[in-house]
Order: sequence, then C-alpha cells, then structure tokens
Amino acid sequence: MSQTVTTPNLSTLTVGEVVASREFALTRDSLVRYAGASGDFNPIHYRDEVAVSVGLPGVLAHGMLTMGLAVQPVVDWAGDPARVVDYQVRFTRPVLVDGVTGALVTVTAKVGALNAEAQIVRIDLTVTFNEQTVLGKAQARVSLAVAPVSVVA
Amino acid sequence: MSVNPELQGRVFPPVPPYLVGREKVREFSRAVFATNPINFDADAARAAGHADVVAPPTFAVVVQEATLAQLLAEPDAGIDFTRVVHGDQRFTYSRPIVAGDELTATLSVSSIKTLGGHAMVTAESRVVDATGAHVVTAISTLVVRGDE
Repeated sequence: MSQTVTTPNLSTLTVGEVVASREFALTRDSLVRYAGASGDFNPIHYRDEVAVSVGLPGVLAHGMLTMGLAVQPVVDWAGDPARVVDYQVRFTRPVLVDGVTGALVTVTAKVGALNAEAQIVRIDLTVTFNEQTVLGKAQARVSLAVAPVSVVA
Repeated sequence: MSVNPELQGRVFPPVPPYLVGREKVREFSRAVFATNPINFDADAARAAGHADVVAPPTFAVVVQEATLAQLLAEPDAGIDFTRVVHGDQRFTYSRPIVAGDELTATLSVSSIKTLGGHAMVTAESRVVDATGAHVVTAISTLVVRGDE
C-alpha cells in the first residue's frame, strides 16, 4: 500500500489552534491486549479483586496505554509516527475501566508553541475521562521538517 | 524500607539487546489504537523513507522495561515495587524505532528526591542501535509511596 501524506505547514498554524481530536472507547479487552503487547502484566489492569485489594476502586488502564493512545491523533495529523520526536506526560488521574461499560477517553490536540527555525511544533494534549483530565503536561514535539529523520536499520 | 539516596548517579550495566520485530510493532500499534499505515505496512513505511514499519512513539517503553526491572531488583535500592506509582514519562528521539533495529538500553538514576513521605526516583534509559548511535532516551519518574 502506498499513500500520499500531506505534511502540515508550520507557517499556517497558530498557537491555540485545535489540530486533531479523537475518542477512544476502552474495554477490558483493550487492557488485556495492551498487557500482552507491552509485557506489563500487573494484575491491577485486569483483575478486580487484585485492584480492590491494593485500595483501588477497580481495574485501571495502564498509564502507558493512555499515553500511547493519546498521541495517535497527533501521529495521524502529522502523517508519520516518525515526526513525533519528543513526547512527555504526567500521570495525574487513573482511568477506571468498568467491566461492562468500559471507559471513554477523549483527546484534544492543539498547538502549544511553534519553532519556525527548527520546524518543530509543540502539540499540547488534553486527555479526559469522566470530564476530568487524566494526564498533565502532555506535550508532543512534532518535526515538520522536509523529511522526518530516519535511517536504515 | 526507604529509597537509598546513594542510588543517585548510579549507572547500571546495559541490558541484553532487544531485536525489534515487525509483528511486535504491529501488535503494539494495534494495542495503542494506532491507525497510521506506516506503523503496519512495510511498503507504506518504505514509501515514506523508512527501512521498515515504524514503531509508535511510546514503543520505547518495551525496550526500557528491562532496565526498570533492573532498578527495582537492585538489592540496596530500597524500592518496594508494590508502593511504586508511575509519576511521569518522557521519550526523546534522535530517530524513530523501526522493525529490524537491535536496541541496547542502559539505565542511570538521574535523581532521587523526597517529598513528604514519598520518594521520587527519576531514571533515564538511553537506547542505542547496533552501531552505538543514539535512538531514544526514555525518562521515567517513579513515585515510591512512604510507609503509612
């Protein structure tokens, strides 16, 4: 499969502009899938009785799953995962994933800062669950330079 | 048990190399709800100038994991893993991870701070490729809750 990707043009962006948003419906299946893919088998992410026994209200999503999905709207906006050159978050609130109804996580990505000389845009993410933010200082730096840096493996 | 302040500055031996598989990249990509073809399709990745499928920005955590396990297992660290909460995380890339990469991670403890009864341990895992060139640095701050 081949595709033509249009890279966003930094000169047309303005600070505060929303560039992407997406909703993610998490289920317990999502957590099991992430556990397997990442190798993080902490049972608080799939067993209610273990979560409760350590004082949690229930099974939580892996913080790294929330971090991992939250950047995806940015990847799609940038057109290439390689353009995300730096990504940081603070884990501020847990995402409780109900066994029946799951959890809905909402991501909004907006321009936080522009560096025209380096062709880097800082995208600030607002990530919410139950109308509260779950990540703090969630920032992805995206290179919009002519070609993303890559080398032959 | 409390976190040993002498951990600050400690550099651990590199963990065994991690070979990035194409199917692992795809599996991880699905798990983080990635939809970009460059994560899944080698032809799409090559068309975009990459050697093979490109891993999502947080994939480096898979490579970093063995280094954090080293830290938690360090006999004099004093880190009770049942009290550890992930405080924050950062990845800083020199170039993306692609399938076929052989990556080696080395952990160092950049800071230990105590705040109230808690300890904040910041650990930095520097990941290089088979040529020794820097690929990504993964920085985690772990919050170790004090005795209640």
